[in-house]
Amino acid sequence: MSQNGALLEVSDLVTRYPVPRGLIGTIARRPRQQVHAVEGVTFTVGAGEMLALVGESGCGKTTTAQTVMRMVEEDSGQIRFRGRDITGLSHRELRPIRREMQIIFQDPYESLDPRFRVRDTVEEPLLIHSEGGSGKQRTERITEALVRAGLTPPDLYINRFPHELSGGQRQRVAIAAALVLEPKLLVADEPVSMLDVSVRAGILSLLDELRKSGLGILMITHDLSTASHFADRIAVMYLGRIVEEGPARDVVRSPRHPYTKALVSVVPKRDPRDRTEPQILQGETPNPVHVPEGCRFHPRCPIAIDDCRATDPALEPVPGGGAEHRGACIRM
Amino acid sequence: MSRDLLRVEDLHVWFDLDGGGELHAVQGISFDLAEGERMGLVGESGCGKTTSILAMMGLLPSSASVSGKVILDGVDMLEKGEETVAPHRWHDVAMIFQGAMNAFNPVKTVGEQIAEPMLLHGTASSKSVASARVRELLELVGISGSRAKRYPHEFSGGMRQRAAIAMALACQPKVLLADEPTTALDVMVQAQILELLISLTHDLGLTMILVTHDLPVVAQVCGRAAVMYAGRIAEEGPTQTLYHDPRHPYTRMLFAATPDLYGDDAVISIPGAPPRLDRELVGCPFQPRCDSAFDPCPSKEPRERSFDGGHRASCHLNELPTAATVA
Repeated sequence: MSQNGALLEVSDLVTRYPVPRGLIGTIARRPRQQVHAVEGVTFTVGAGEMLALVGESGCGKTTTAQTVMRMVEEDSGQIRFRGRDITGLSHRELRPIRREMQIIFQDPYESLDPRFRVRDTVEEPLLIHSEGGSGKQRTERITEALVRAGLTPPDLYINRFPHELSGGQRQRVAIAAALVLEPKLLVADEPVSMLDVSVRAGILSLLDELRKSGLGILMITHDLSTASHFADRIAVMYLGRIVEEGPARDVVRSPRHPYTKALVSVVPKRDPRDRTEPQILQGETPNPVHVPEGCRFHPRCPIAIDDCRATDPALEPVPGGGAEHRGACIRM
Repeated sequence: MSRDLLRVEDLHVWFDLDGGGELHAVQGISFDLAEGERMGLVGESGCGKTTSILAMMGLLPSSASVSGKVILDGVDMLEKGEETVAPHRWHDVAMIFQGAMNAFNPVKTVGEQIAEPMLLHGTASSKSVASARVRELLELVGISGSRAKRYPHEFSGGMRQRAAIAMALACQPKVLLADEPTTALDVMVQAQILELLISLTHDLGLTMILVTHDLPVVAQVCGRAAVMYAGRIAEEGPTQTLYHDPRHPYTRMLFAATPDLYGDDAVISIPGAPPRLDRELVGCPFQPRCDSAFDPCPSKEPRERSFDGGHRASCHLNELPTAATVA
């Protein structure tokens, strides 16, 4: 499946966290338990493409992003960035690669240093990577990044502190700081969920512009509507696995995995006439410490059969769909 | 349609500011609700949604002054301030606070916390009566009564929100004011809670005001909605009409700024920010951000006009001879 020349190729990625046992647990030698955050995830992001990883809390989407950024160690699997396997690289070897892949976070109220002016925030990555030349040249780079992030005229913003900016403007500063190193890949972890409705569209359109200019974007979101509007492809995650993946339109309009179908049915629609009978799944996503045997979705699945308890389905092209549209369900 | 249960008339709220001056947070809102009806109150942060419903509960801090009427079953609850609101609070009108699910005391069981106000308000005569009622309330919101003895950390987010709803229902209110009840929840849990709220209005005849910034949630749950801007109601009407035939550009632009699962149209943000409310507003408060503003908008306050089907809006465009230009 890995298209040649994809910017980012992730294959069979597994990331687990140990569950703290505590002193008594350690003395009693209780077995070590693990959170199976990411359990064999494979996807690609091309240049000029936006992939949305969609799922509920605890599905592993943020851990996937953090592992890709090498902020978290993977247990196994491969992350190839521009053709090079970056999984085994040391901190030092990673440095030049870190410039090319940048991340922006959910909360622009917390991700900016309140004592830093906009200039300092955007300049910091240049200083860390000893880049940008003289002070004057750096100012040029900062100004360019601000303009690209939609903070125009830049003079109006460059000397401000975060508290003098709105939420949308802060997120734009965070984006400018990510852009100043001219990365190839941008990971956006819930970039608009803390922002007011009226400004979300602006940030999302900005990401869309950046994608059109050639940047590859991996967007992490819980909001299927946002993914449907802005992403080229959507990958739906459940309990550490991608259960369905394909062109955004196909996944949203003709979902094939029962989990995606249920999700699509419960997303509130703008037009009251589009209201469909929500197909509500009972309970909540199980704890990723104890992942169900067989298909991990079977305990909540409305169409599960005996086989589903035993077979852990692989992600395969959906019958009658395009080659790009894949699902992990034996009942498709 | 049954008669009006709740009528809000010309509600104003002012806050005294520390450095002197006042902030006019709610600037004369009026609406009414029939029994069993579900109405949405929508708008951006800071438009006065939460302040309005806190005023209806008489729960604003002492720095706030309130004027206007909140008439429940023909009686003005605000007539003598706290004296007249207190008997109705929780008994007739109850509220689910934003973030209520995270406000449980971690060292007390969920059951104890739901029972506490009943014992305090004297609606339950003894502890055993209260605990029987707690089990009943938990079952009502879809939690097994045996879970009353559990602590908040043993509940998932969705269950804690259900428990918060149970708490609001403790004194059998007629009106439930729900402030962003699903904002922090995952979409599947959100759907479960919204279905619960809908079924409560059916089963208990509860009347509900749903405060949210999320238009699609309102479109799914409420038959009617009021769109607030700068402390005023810019437009009110059936949710279908608001989407298909808006009479205020703010309503149209809010919908256009909201991504939709099936929408193919471009999502467009609304430029600028809402006006400051610590100074007097001149003209239409939305004019600086409006894409259809014209001559009278900066200087003249728009008049509210009514349309068919309980639909009203305050926009100068509606005064034009060809009044279809808003949408």
